[in-house]
Amino acid sequence: MSASLVMFLVFIAITLVITYWASKRSAGASAYFAAGRQIKSWQNGVAVAGDYMSAASFLGIAGIIAFQGYDGFMFSVGWLVAYLTVLLVIAEPLRNAGKYTMADVLAYRLKPRPVRAMAALSTLTVSTFYMIAQMVGAGALVALLLKGSGISYNYAVIGVGLLMIIYVVFGGMLATTWVQIIKAILLMGGTVLLSILVMAHFHFSFYAFFDAVGHVTYHDKGQEVVKDFMQPGLRYKPPYGALELISLGLALIFGTAGLPHILVRFYTVPDAKTARHSVVWAMALIGSFYIMTTFLGFGAATVVGRDFIAKNGGTNMSGPLLAQALAGDVFFAFICAIAFATILAVVAGLTISATTSFAHDFWTNVIHKGTERKPGEEVRVARISAFVVGAVAISIAIVLGPTFNVAFLVALAFAVAASANLPVILLSIFWRRFNTAGAVAGLAVGLLSSIGLIIIGPSIMAVDPPTITGAARHLIQAKTIFPLENPGILSIPLGFIAAFLGTMLSKEPTSEHKFNELLVRSNTGLGAEKATAGH
Amino acid sequence: MPDLQKSDQTMWDRVAESHEFRDLMATKKIFIIPAFIFFLVYYFLLPILVGYAPQFMAQKVWGNVNLAYLFALSQFFMAWTIAGLYVRASDDFDEISKDIVDKAVNEKEFRGGK
Repeated sequence: MSASLVMFLVFIAITLVITYWASKRSAGASAYFAAGRQIKSWQNGVAVAGDYMSAASFLGIAGIIAFQGYDGFMFSVGWLVAYLTVLLVIAEPLRNAGKYTMADVLAYRLKPRPVRAMAALSTLTVSTFYMIAQMVGAGALVALLLKGSGISYNYAVIGVGLLMIIYVVFGGMLATTWVQIIKAILLMGGTVLLSILVMAHFHFSFYAFFDAVGHVTYHDKGQEVVKDFMQPGLRYKPPYGALELISLGLALIFGTAGLPHILVRFYTVPDAKTARHSVVWAMALIGSFYIMTTFLGFGAATVVGRDFIAKNGGTNMSGPLLAQALAGDVFFAFICAIAFATILAVVAGLTISATTSFAHDFWTNVIHKGTERKPGEEVRVARISAFVVGAVAISIAIVLGPTFNVAFLVALAFAVAASANLPVILLSIFWRRFNTAGAVAGLAVGLLSSIGLIIIGPSIMAVDPPTITGAARHLIQAKTIFPLENPGILSIPLGFIAAFLGTMLSKEPTSEHKFNELLVRSNTGLGAEKATAGH
Repeated sequence: MPDLQKSDQTMWDRVAESHEFRDLMATKKIFIIPAFIFFLVYYFLLPILVGYAPQFMAQKVWGNVNLAYLFALSQFFMAWTIAGLYVRASDDFDEISKDIVDKAVNEKEFRGGK
């Protein structure tokens, strides 16, 4: 049994004990969906970090920086700065005015059923796409890491899926929170260690480190190339590179504050002030982590090298291979176990946000018009839908297979969050005239334009030469229509414009009358949901 | 938990139009709007400069460390600074909010708590 497998099993055992402990404290809707709103600010801050920093951050960014240098660092910057949007305009109003989902905030002044139905659709779309991306990544990673132990891609996907279902079904938000906290601590610890080892390799001379980054050597099409990885432009090249960077920035800055699995975290704390402090905790951790991607990414580029990484698992293995090069097999296993924990914590967060939205928004409020037919029905529906969501994600991940390119699914999740969710939340809180037609139009256009532009964009639509075969081929073999991978620069304005036009073309006096209620609630916390008593 | 869901609409209007609430909104706006605009401008300067002036951003400042990397790094400290300032400023918001909530809860229609 490999060291990786042992560490995986230790992590799984700890999380299952937590789930058992949490299952006894998850009776009742507020306990199940919002951990009784008793999570402390530092705990929630660490959990937000654990919820947010996905495999795309830990493995993906290290890989992009290792292969394309400085441009990869643009993701790191955007992923932190985005939290200013969360801090300044989203977290506190949401906590003050909502209960379990983002649609709660919209439903105050707008017609609840159409708005909740659309918001649930958007939430399920974002969560499912993001989840599939994580699960395909997890399966490929675990299969690669445990090569020789007989665990194939399919078993790895099923294993990850089953674990996330167990956490969510039995432990609810409380178990999910602690899985995220433990993962965040492991991730920070591993990243700090790895960064120190990289600097030790350069005798703690930053000058020598950045000097080495100035001439990274690798082979491209059989030719040896030497590049300065500190220079911008290795990934985002003319003619569309600059627009792509801006579009990416928009999706990150406005998308983060519209990600349902992040938003639900703010319902787990007692009040808006705690929500605010938890964002600051999260920013401290997330910022430190992303600054350290400098050492992970450039370290992999200089110490391990592109050639070796490409032959031993590809870009996503940059971080783990760096650990192996610097400190041997046990540390490699430790970093791999952290990557696995990272994925599990994120998929658990996605599952609980998707099931909360389905049970609370769609089942109780859209289908049954806001009343539970039996006490506890909402939680029961959530538990059942966690099975369904998990089964769907497992099946799709298995059908797509380990070589499926999932990067665009993450871009899509951020684009939908930024183009559909954020405009509607913002306008609902800040614009008195805003109404139901505007919200439905904004959500629908934001969702459809993000999906549409990605389908006709270079991730899905392009003509490949016949030498490219299998999973590397584009899904649609036709000339690319929309030139950018990130649709944000167009889809975000479209979301706002649709919300504006929908509002102006219809009249809904009750929405304007009830604006004062939402305004007072979201700004003062008057009438906000209270924490429930402990058990 | 007080059930404010069905309480009288005029109560919300009264609070919204009160002097204290307007004071709260004004105090918040003075901080949040400039902070939001500043961070958007500061952040989007990065992709704009990196995208449209890569030569300028590639200038070396210290050893092989260039302007592009330093400006990117400064974004982290910008975000932390604004977050810190916001937490400090929000003590004032909390104080005014508390007054508004206390006053409203003391009014008759807010009986019926736990």
